[in-house]
Amino acid sequence: MLSRVADSIYWLNRYVERAENVARFVDVNLNMLLDAPSGMEQQWEPLVFITGDQARFKARYGEATAENILRFLTFDREYSNSIISCLCSARENARSVREVISSEMWEQVNSFYLMVNEAADVGAISDLHNFFPEVKMASHLFAGVMDATMAHTEGWHFGQLGRLLERADKTARILDVKYYILLPSVTDVGSPLDDLQWIALLKSASAYEMYRKCQYRITPQGVTEFLILNREFPRSIQFCLIEAERSLHCISGTPMGSWRTDSDRTLGRLRSELDYLTIDEISQQGLHEFLDDLQTRLNDVGEKIFTDFFALQPVA
Amino acid sequence: MLFDAYDPGDFFDELFMAPGQPRSEAELLVQRVNALTLDDLQQRQQTAQNALFKLGVTFNVYSDNQGTERILPFDVIPRIVPGHEWEWLEKGLKQRIYALNCFIHDVYNDQKILNDGVIPRHVVESAPGFLKPCMGLKPPNNIWCHITGTDLVRDKDGKWYVLEDNMRCPSGVSYVLENRRVMKNTFPHLFAAMDIAAVDDYASQLLETLLNLVPDTLISPRVAVLTPGAYNSAYFEHSFLAQQIGAELVEGRDLVVADGYLKMRTTKGLERVDVVYRRIDDDFIDPKAFRPDSLLGVPGLMEVYRAGRVAIANALGTGVADDKLVYAYVPQMIRYYLDEEQMIPNVPTYLCEDSTQQAHVLSHLDQLVVKATNASGGYGMLVGPHATEEQRAEFSDRILANPRGYIAQPTLCLSRVPTLFDDGLAGCHVDLRPYILYGQDIYVNPGGLTRVALKRGSLVVNSSQGGGSKDTWVVKSVDPNAQLPHDQQQGQ
Repeated sequence: MLSRVADSIYWLNRYVERAENVARFVDVNLNMLLDAPSGMEQQWEPLVFITGDQARFKARYGEATAENILRFLTFDREYSNSIISCLCSARENARSVREVISSEMWEQVNSFYLMVNEAADVGAISDLHNFFPEVKMASHLFAGVMDATMAHTEGWHFGQLGRLLERADKTARILDVKYYILLPSVTDVGSPLDDLQWIALLKSASAYEMYRKCQYRITPQGVTEFLILNREFPRSIQFCLIEAERSLHCISGTPMGSWRTDSDRTLGRLRSELDYLTIDEISQQGLHEFLDDLQTRLNDVGEKIFTDFFALQPVA
Repeated sequence: MLFDAYDPGDFFDELFMAPGQPRSEAELLVQRVNALTLDDLQQRQQTAQNALFKLGVTFNVYSDNQGTERILPFDVIPRIVPGHEWEWLEKGLKQRIYALNCFIHDVYNDQKILNDGVIPRHVVESAPGFLKPCMGLKPPNNIWCHITGTDLVRDKDGKWYVLEDNMRCPSGVSYVLENRRVMKNTFPHLFAAMDIAAVDDYASQLLETLLNLVPDTLISPRVAVLTPGAYNSAYFEHSFLAQQIGAELVEGRDLVVADGYLKMRTTKGLERVDVVYRRIDDDFIDPKAFRPDSLLGVPGLMEVYRAGRVAIANALGTGVADDKLVYAYVPQMIRYYLDEEQMIPNVPTYLCEDSTQQAHVLSHLDQLVVKATNASGGYGMLVGPHATEEQRAEFSDRILANPRGYIAQPTLCLSRVPTLFDDGLAGCHVDLRPYILYGQDIYVNPGGLTRVALKRGSLVVNSSQGGGSKDTWVVKSVDPNAQLPHDQQQGQ
């Protein structure tokens, strides 16, 4: 498969997944605010911290009002990680590989783009409650269409790899929202308010129901464990890493448990570390510090994939 | 009824002989449309356009940054070509393509036609499309023009003419295929009742044409479509065709010449490419052999090509036949190579490089169409009767400065087809571009792309200048007893 094509399928999936996850962590915040006691200050700035793009936000908008932040994250065409920009990029990538992906995939990413574009043209920030669920559904639809209409060969595995690495990164960031959201006082830790925030967080990862089936009581440790280490829930970080590694090995042809390329090695090492990690160890390290480190290592995996498969230099 | 008010006027109308009198092949269509209200028809048109937009059947507009994509405006009233007329056109096109291919092979090899004085040598050698590096080239089976889209027009009296041959990389065939797909949903019962020639085998025919270029000893040859990239105006078509024939779609940056072969960069290293269907003009394809500033091509490709280690369709150098001065000599070519008379005539052409003809052109600029010999697509031309005094003076100067660079033709009054507007149906001028493939045999896809000038009264059908398209129906025969079932009610 052409390196350029593999690269485009990988990024097509990353961008669709990214748009979905931006919708998710904005949605979790909206929901938390709805449950917050009146009089408590609305906290929107944490959302910008999570993206890691504070500087760009400050330069373009200055004040961190709800409206500014929502506009920045959803409809700002100048900001490369906004939902609309993600869809533009996803669609451009899809357009450049239309003959490789199925027509159904193209149609879905195209109508996804048109839907977001239309919402952006209307530009009504107040009406976003309906918009975010639509974005999530459109992304699921894309993943489903891809699974059901594209041969599960090399190109498909590159797509999976892109989607899963992006999802692992974003689940880490969604968990981090809780770190940044401040409770009114220390005594509120473990209070019903705290509890509501954890529930909202689970819901934003579509994890609430699955979590309940697996361990009834909602505790901070339980939630973080579920979203980081669970091996069966498809949005947990470890699940993403296991599946990403499987796809990577299908691509490289290396048997599981061994490595030939740098991508095999870095992803394999990260996955196996999580295999033997406990939630207590994560707490000792500090959840925020752990997540921060994880994001750096995921970026490293991405770079290795780029050098191993996309940046092929011709023999002179 | 919708067609009651339709007046074909003083033109050749493709569907009507006179007001209220449809041609026999169009009767069922007219009957069907008459059963609809204007709203119904407009709704169907809208549905069809939406379908095309969703399918992404779009072309890019270079100047426009925001929505860089438009669909080619599509009109739901098809153009009908009667079967017997089509048979004749098909024969005429095969004759023409065969002769043109002989010509191209000849001028790059023995140059018999020039040595025999049938075509003046300077006409060929001064054509910008004549490429010196191609001298002595012998492409597989001596075929040069594998894919052609010849532009045909009809005059006021219904007579067919060839307007131009597009021998390098004609575009538009994807619209033929996608328009048909959409039309089947728009008028399903008509397709059931009428014998409309299918167009869908184009992709298989194209693939066979390309595979015909590699020796049988090659077990699993690799075919690639070479595109300038996603920002090219015809990108949709490139990717569509690659998908339909299962070829790789490659850009110049995906390719590299290594070990004397053309190879592409894959996730598993370099892999060989055997056939290139190029959608890039000759002079951009190899910066080493042609334009050094080209970023689209592959350095060294020409050398691999000359060594016969990769096949290219269309062959490099075919552009020589696109020159409008060379075009004027096609009747001579047909006589020379086939000993036959041309079936579909050329539009009468005045050669400005001939002083007598030039004088005639200059004194009749208000009646003629002047065209630059090296341009196409409606660019670089003057439509005398519609031009201003200054524009005519400007062209007059240009002709005097460069007589080789211009030809002139009478202004044809193009035939018309009823076309849907907000307030009803009105006639619009059309041309026709059939697609011809030259592989083991010559194949002509039935019908072709009907381009329509959507500005009322306009004669320019090019998409870059406000044109649209229609489906083209080659109707084999009409069963006089055929009855249309009623369409089911359509929801909103």
